[in-house]
Amino acid sequence: MVTYIIRRLIWAVVMLSIVSIITFAIFFLVPRLAGATSESLAARYVGRTASAEQVKVAAEKLGFNDPLIVQYGRFAKGIVAGADYDYGPGVEHCPAPCFGYSFLTRLPVWPDLLDRLPVTMSLAFGAAVIWVIAGVATGVLSALRRGSLFDRAAMGVALAGVSLPIFFTGIVSLVVFSYGHPFRITAPGGSFTPIEENPAMWAYNLILPWITLAFLYAAGYARLTRAGMLETMNEEYIRTARAKGLNERVVVVKHGLRGALTPILTIFGLDLGLLLGGAVLTESTYSLPGMGKYAIDAITNQDLPKVMGVTLVAAFFVVFANLIVDLLYAVVDPRVRLG
Amino acid sequence: MLRRRLGMAATGAVLALAVAACGGGSGSSTPSSSGGAAAGGSDSKSEFNAAMTGVVNPSDKKGGILKFANGGDWDSLDPGDTYYGYSWNFIRLYGRSLLMFKSAVGKEGNQLAPDLAEDLGKPSDDAKTWTYKIKKGVKFEDGTPVTSKDVKYAVERSFDKEVFPDGYTYFNDFLAWPKDYKGAYKSKDVNTDSAIETPDDYTIVFHLKQPLSNFDYFAQLPATIPVPKDKDTGAKYKEHIIATGPYKFEKNEIGKGFTLVRNDQWDPATDPNRKALPDGYEVSTNVNADDIDNRIIAGDLDIDVAGIGVQSAALGRVLSDPAMKANADNPTSTRLWYTSINGNVPPFDNIDCRKAVQYAVDKVALQTAWGGEFSGGQIATSMLPPAIPGHEDFNLYPPGADNKGDVNKAKEALTACGQPNGFETNISYRAERPKEKAAAEALQQSLGRVGIKLTLKPFPQADYFALYAGKPGYAKDNKIGLAMNGWQSDWPDGFGFLQQITDSRVIRETGGSSNISVRDPEVDKLVDKAMLETDTDARNAIWTQIDKKVMEDAFVLPNVWTKTLLVRSKNATNIFVNEAYGMYDYLGMGVK
Repeated sequence: MVTYIIRRLIWAVVMLSIVSIITFAIFFLVPRLAGATSESLAARYVGRTASAEQVKVAAEKLGFNDPLIVQYGRFAKGIVAGADYDYGPGVEHCPAPCFGYSFLTRLPVWPDLLDRLPVTMSLAFGAAVIWVIAGVATGVLSALRRGSLFDRAAMGVALAGVSLPIFFTGIVSLVVFSYGHPFRITAPGGSFTPIEENPAMWAYNLILPWITLAFLYAAGYARLTRAGMLETMNEEYIRTARAKGLNERVVVVKHGLRGALTPILTIFGLDLGLLLGGAVLTESTYSLPGMGKYAIDAITNQDLPKVMGVTLVAAFFVVFANLIVDLLYAVVDPRVRLG
Repeated sequence: MLRRRLGMAATGAVLALAVAACGGGSGSSTPSSSGGAAAGGSDSKSEFNAAMTGVVNPSDKKGGILKFANGGDWDSLDPGDTYYGYSWNFIRLYGRSLLMFKSAVGKEGNQLAPDLAEDLGKPSDDAKTWTYKIKKGVKFEDGTPVTSKDVKYAVERSFDKEVFPDGYTYFNDFLAWPKDYKGAYKSKDVNTDSAIETPDDYTIVFHLKQPLSNFDYFAQLPATIPVPKDKDTGAKYKEHIIATGPYKFEKNEIGKGFTLVRNDQWDPATDPNRKALPDGYEVSTNVNADDIDNRIIAGDLDIDVAGIGVQSAALGRVLSDPAMKANADNPTSTRLWYTSINGNVPPFDNIDCRKAVQYAVDKVALQTAWGGEFSGGQIATSMLPPAIPGHEDFNLYPPGADNKGDVNKAKEALTACGQPNGFETNISYRAERPKEKAAAEALQQSLGRVGIKLTLKPFPQADYFALYAGKPGYAKDNKIGLAMNGWQSDWPDGFGFLQQITDSRVIRETGGSSNISVRDPEVDKLVDKAMLETDTDARNAIWTQIDKKVMEDAFVLPNVWTKTLLVRSKNATNIFVNEAYGMYDYLGMGVK
């Protein structure tokens, strides 16, 4: 078990290195292949009045004149060992893990990421609780009452859920439940209250994004659970369980659902991992200052250190979530042995 | 020299102002007049454009929080590093510069008033030395008195464009700095008295390299907002700015937003310009732009701080609903979109061929190309936008009664030019800008009616002036007779608007100048005269003369002065458009 985890962690580091190299290449190598010079790259970050000479100085300062491998090495070294930057009156030390300084705001990226993480985590975990409970419950009920009115209605709604994009359901939800309503169920977007500060306000600010996001995911989970349940409930061991005179609830939950859970767990791990890297559309629609909004703003402004930071953190969550899922397999399914 | 080309100005960079030509308005009072909520008449609330000529919901009620949101983020909150009109409008809440634009409706908002200074600047006879006396009793938020040395330090630090890349370079370019000066951080022990002297704690003297009759406009720039040297953290100062205005930062999370609360060290006795009605401000940044519009319309938010008007989704909604439209304003900015007619490219070396273009153009089609009446702009007939002092309404080339072109007059001009059947030439535009392309196509169509055949030539905007349309040799060799162009001034003044685009001496053979077409020695002489004239009215009259002369020369075909559609807050009082910024005045507002 321990060696398994260590092996997986080493793989995670390799994966993240590959992701960082690819991201770096997309943002630093591709423009160069397309003919950009270090000056034309630097010109974006020097304000609107810069002379050619100032652009040159900025290119040197941002390190654009060095070979790409040196630039990447500097970035990677910063994450492991920290780095020094000279953007103000004096030299500033950025301790490890240093994801560099934003080219535009000239402030370190890592504190930003730490600042944005609670927003995205609140959004992702809150929505995940809703969608897992709602999705799995709906799926189980639909499977047990296959062909009933409930089954058809639930699957119809589920189809709508997976088909409707967040920027549609999000805006509709805001128009119906938020804008200008005296008794609205959620605050107007753009506000986030940390849970430790005021849990009620925290939930009040997030309830609408949670539901909207959960609606999208719950739909898929309901369909997946229904299919899994239909399959497991026809298994021989279910018949055996029933024959042994077990209570129907125990049969459904302990034997049926548990068997159907493995694929759901796999998908859940991926979904949650991806969301923790930033729910881009949800955060943009509701103007929540999370990782996804941060990523979008960074890309719009071509603020490369920020893009690198957010990509790596997002990739970390996907890799990490998958590791957890693999560990959980052993818990859910006793046949699985890690090694 | 001023280097502000609109091509480089980011989408949000609008330093706009209002226009007299838009109707509406009511007889409501200005914010400087006192009185309760009843003042100003009730009808001032419910009219389109009411806030351009009067104050909507006038009130002196104190308290409450105003909520602002920004679709993007500030370039910087640091007074030495910010170059957006909305930021200059907003900065007056937490910083006091030597002078400021009055917090007043309409034309009065264009006027400079002393803020940190006791009075406007005192120029020397040659307009090369400007002296300001600083008020006593002004303090930083920590209680330290503000002295002339804090202002001097603020200007010196803003010199360093490595640390503050977003700001302007007016002080760098015009003050008589010592040779090789690099700013407060890198040239720490250099004596800068040749540029700025502080003979005592309450006097500051600026020395210029050349005469500059309008230096008072420099003195209103945020770079003159004092910065205490011992609290300066360079690029990080924007995280905690030491306030001198009525509000200070309580919380500042760059990228997310900030809150302002009352600054108890601000003394209203030193400040006749600010009412400081709300108890504070909540500002969110990087908010979804459509969300901002919806929330303002619903009353959940007060101001879209960028001041560039609603998005296209809300534009249609607001204009089609009479009740919503009555709660909106449509100011005109100091931005002109125009077409340069290059006299170096035959047959435009003949004035009559240039005039033929002026007559043949369909200005309505051009207006549509730029985005229509409400979000595109007002049809321009000269260069100086209506809100800039010196603007005069005149139209030397009336393109027919319906503004769709006077084909007969155009043909007459072509005959006089010796090209009765028309001619062929090229028109350049910036490839990344669909509206410039649309305008070039509109010109292609309307000039085609008299036989002037245009071929469209797109160029990348980064090199548009340096290598293509703005490089005299290239333009001539490649027959770029017409070039789409645009300009906006940093403040409502003829110098800021006209100097860079009409003075022929800014044109360099190596390219890079925004003036592509105006080459008239008479105009150059007038520019020199204006730079020496310290009497404001006399100076404005010279700018009018320059505008007329350039139009007589027909070197420029004005397209539109841009407009924006702003929606008023449902919760705010004292809403009015300040012409200096072309958006709602953020200093005057209170909460109902």
